[in-house]
Amino acid sequence: MGLILVVMENGASGFTDASRELLGKARELTKHQDGQVMAVGFGPQSEKALRRLAVDRVICADSALLASYNPAAYEACLDQIIKANAPCITLIANTTLGIDLGAGVASRCNLPLIAYCTDLQINGNKITATSQIFAGKAVAEIRIPDSGAIVTVLPGVWNADTDVGDPDFETWPVDTPQMMEVLKVIEPETGDVDITKADILVSVGRGIESPENLPLAEDLATSMGGVVSCSRPVVDAGWLPKARQVGKSGQTVKPKLYLALGISGAPEHLQGMRDADLIIAVNTDENASIMDVAHYGTTVDMLELMPALAQRLRGE
Amino acid sequence: MRIAVLLKSVPDLIEDIPIDEESGEILYDEMSYIPSEWDDQALEEALLIKEESGAEVTAITVDTGESDTMLFTALAKGADHGVKLVGDFDPSLPNRQRAHIFSQYLGPQSFDLVLSGVQAIDDIDGQIPGLVAGILGWPHASVVTEVRAHDNRVIFRQEYAGGLVAEIKVSTPAVIGVQAARKPPRYASIAKVRQIAKSSQLEEVEMSIQEVPSLEILRFYKPIASGHAEMIDGDVDEAVDRIIEILQEHNLMRG
Amino acid sequence: MQKAKAIELDVAVVDGVELSGSWNRMFEPRAISEYDIAVLDETTAIPGAESLGYCYQCGKCTAVCPVDTVGDYSPRKIFRRTQLGVSLVDSPDLWLCTTCRNCLRVCPKEVNMIQIMPAVRERAVLDGKAPDELLTAFENTARYGNPIGESPRKRAEWAKTAGVMVPVMAQKKSPVDVLWFVECYPAYHPRGKQASVALARLLNALNVDFGILGNEEKCAGDSQRMAGERGLFEMLAEHNIKMLSKYTFNHIVVTDPHAYNAFLHEYPKLGGDWPVQHYTQYLAERLSALSFVRSIPRRITFHDPCYLGRHNGEYDAPRRLLTALPGVELVEMGHCRETSYCCGGGGGGMWLDSFTRDYTSERLSEKRVREAIEYGADILAVTCPYEVPRFEDAVKSTGNAGKLAVMDIAELLAYSVGLTDEYAAN
Repeated sequence: MGLILVVMENGASGFTDASRELLGKARELTKHQDGQVMAVGFGPQSEKALRRLAVDRVICADSALLASYNPAAYEACLDQIIKANAPCITLIANTTLGIDLGAGVASRCNLPLIAYCTDLQINGNKITATSQIFAGKAVAEIRIPDSGAIVTVLPGVWNADTDVGDPDFETWPVDTPQMMEVLKVIEPETGDVDITKADILVSVGRGIESPENLPLAEDLATSMGGVVSCSRPVVDAGWLPKARQVGKSGQTVKPKLYLALGISGAPEHLQGMRDADLIIAVNTDENASIMDVAHYGTTVDMLELMPALAQRLRGE
Repeated sequence: MRIAVLLKSVPDLIEDIPIDEESGEILYDEMSYIPSEWDDQALEEALLIKEESGAEVTAITVDTGESDTMLFTALAKGADHGVKLVGDFDPSLPNRQRAHIFSQYLGPQSFDLVLSGVQAIDDIDGQIPGLVAGILGWPHASVVTEVRAHDNRVIFRQEYAGGLVAEIKVSTPAVIGVQAARKPPRYASIAKVRQIAKSSQLEEVEMSIQEVPSLEILRFYKPIASGHAEMIDGDVDEAVDRIIEILQEHNLMRG
Repeated sequence: MQKAKAIELDVAVVDGVELSGSWNRMFEPRAISEYDIAVLDETTAIPGAESLGYCYQCGKCTAVCPVDTVGDYSPRKIFRRTQLGVSLVDSPDLWLCTTCRNCLRVCPKEVNMIQIMPAVRERAVLDGKAPDELLTAFENTARYGNPIGESPRKRAEWAKTAGVMVPVMAQKKSPVDVLWFVECYPAYHPRGKQASVALARLLNALNVDFGILGNEEKCAGDSQRMAGERGLFEMLAEHNIKMLSKYTFNHIVVTDPHAYNAFLHEYPKLGGDWPVQHYTQYLAERLSALSFVRSIPRRITFHDPCYLGRHNGEYDAPRRLLTALPGVELVEMGHCRETSYCCGGGGGGMWLDSFTRDYTSERLSEKRVREAIEYGADILAVTCPYEVPRFEDAVKSTGNAGKLAVMDIAELLAYSVGLTDEYAAN
């Protein structure tokens, strides 16, 4: 085995867990196979953390132009690094950064892309990837070709690697035309409630059908001492503010109870709530993906269940 | 401003995914297909740009079957042109191929902006916008929730984990993967779609399959759920009873 | 501003007495308005909506409009609001009408809401002003052939639980006497399926040579038409007519009064002209062939479906079936036959429950259930697939669970003939 390249993503404080999860797997794969792990970080702020990663080599694209995420500049830079180092696997977390860079770099480098990966395993001298497809309703086993591949990995499938090491350090010059300019970064509106702090979340999805039904969820949440959160389509429809959204592009939550109402459980949603202590799912489809992470499930009509449960909880 | 919107159809998950257990192959012929919902968002955003600042919107799809209705619906919603890229393609066409076919068409055209859905449920081998951008060497961003275009100046909003949003200016031509339009996609009444289907012409362009990197997929299978929820049987009242019990077991009842 | 013309005179002579303008208003017709009637004109210019302009505000409709009893809505009010400049296209009023046809029954001017509503709604749908939940039902119907969004491949799944043969035409490959058009709720809704099973067993017991279209059937589309999606209706009708035309049969029997209405009045215009009967009509003609083995010692009342009764004049067939049931005491509610109340599901109401909730004090189905209970009924018998789920919900939401059972007539018959074991689901 040759080189595994891991793309590190800058978070609010240091590298994100999603990218640290890739490091652990890369080290595991190369341990017995005489391979090397190389991590790439962007912006001058990544240097310190890169120097402490438990990998063989690190590359820091330390231009100030890369201090905040710039899709075009990152893509151009990663493209050059991959072409120069020819890794057998490039691992990127399937976050916004992974969705941007994965496909872009794969086609620039003429390498296959394996998206939504949930596992990598060694079989003999080959590596196989496991990927989700059809919103998690099917799984594919894919052989990684010797010529290399870009792999984007769903966050949360492996443990974050926090080991400390002393890798060879290298900087990478940036000489790409500036095609994008980040004008401003907007913090999310916290709104009236912070769903990450709530013990009980009554979370509604597409099954709520219409904004007129939201009071039923609000009422139930009140009677349970919780707050209402939701899945992406509810925010997209403009029925609830962004601050209430659970999932990949929303909040990651870990409440004591997550009551999922009419949420089918797209991988992006599960990513944000699968660690809740207790998950009860109400969905007309018994085979919806949400049922795979839920502890209890029922297929009754959520629009009937909400008022009935609220009534009982109020002791009526 | 000339905007291209790339559309594709995907298997309808309302039906079971048919997988041949022996060979581990997906039986594409046995599935029914619907337009990818994220492409619908991309089309809506393009139409909003058109209404806001004027643009010519072209809806484009690679014809892998019944693509006419998809394009006529786009025209009924307000797109100016419908383009069908035809060839010996079927629904099992890999996304990588699809992206090359799109790029082959887009290359010589003078589009300023290309919008498509950020992802689709079947893009295991890559998301269309990123692939197309890489092939054409154009700048690209995905997970975008707002695109505004004035005088060939394109500014979009990109979303990150935790709800963080960046406002980014991009030079044209550019490719953008739309996560959600500013408004929910509009409804095209069937009468209008049918009338458009009678009165409008779709442009057909002959395309060919190309040599592209492909995945060696060993097999497909249905996920063995690590655990399935314990199902609560019965009607609403019985479900309420059981949920109350569970809440009590977990000390989640108030007071 | 476009005003109604003032017609008062400066001086009028009445019975030889000269009266000044301020007096003669009492004796001459006078302009009742200084209104800008542009909005009214705009509305009545929509093809189909002309008759709204005929209204002379007598208010007969208000007295019989079911929606007015739970809200602030009646055809007279619609005219008045339009006259005052509130466009119906933008008003929530547009989506409250269930097209029950009670107003048209009493209107001296034939202001026809059955034509006005679909016409103006069609405009609203085109302008992107229809409620989301209704559009979802449209999209489901367009994509899957049913408003519920169920798989079209599972449309005939219910038949597997029937316990008797339910031949699907595509497989049967021979002519039948009766083509049974099942419709969506009877094919997919859990309670609708129970009624379908009951009807399938009745048809078998009667040795009827019948078949269904199975997965080749799509929603008949009549309620989508009334809700403003004429194009969708036409698409569905063309499909169903094409499928039906492949087979040889003598007549169509439908489960759903809305489908009955479509086959009777709309499909012939599109080339699909077959004799059609509602299943209660078909069975009523064959009552003598049914042998009843179980008594139902209950007080039963019957809710006339708008689209079987008022729309199409059939009041007797269901009653003949109910009175044939041994043990049954049939009581009529105050609102019955021509004056029957409405379940709230017609004209798209089935898919507007959340929207309607904001403009009404209770659901029509809830009001109807209270009436049934007032008359001491044990069972509310129905014969439209919208009604079992609507009324069962209403029984629960009005706190009457256990007091009133809602049963399709087919279910009652099948039980009494000994084809099913239960006749009361709750």
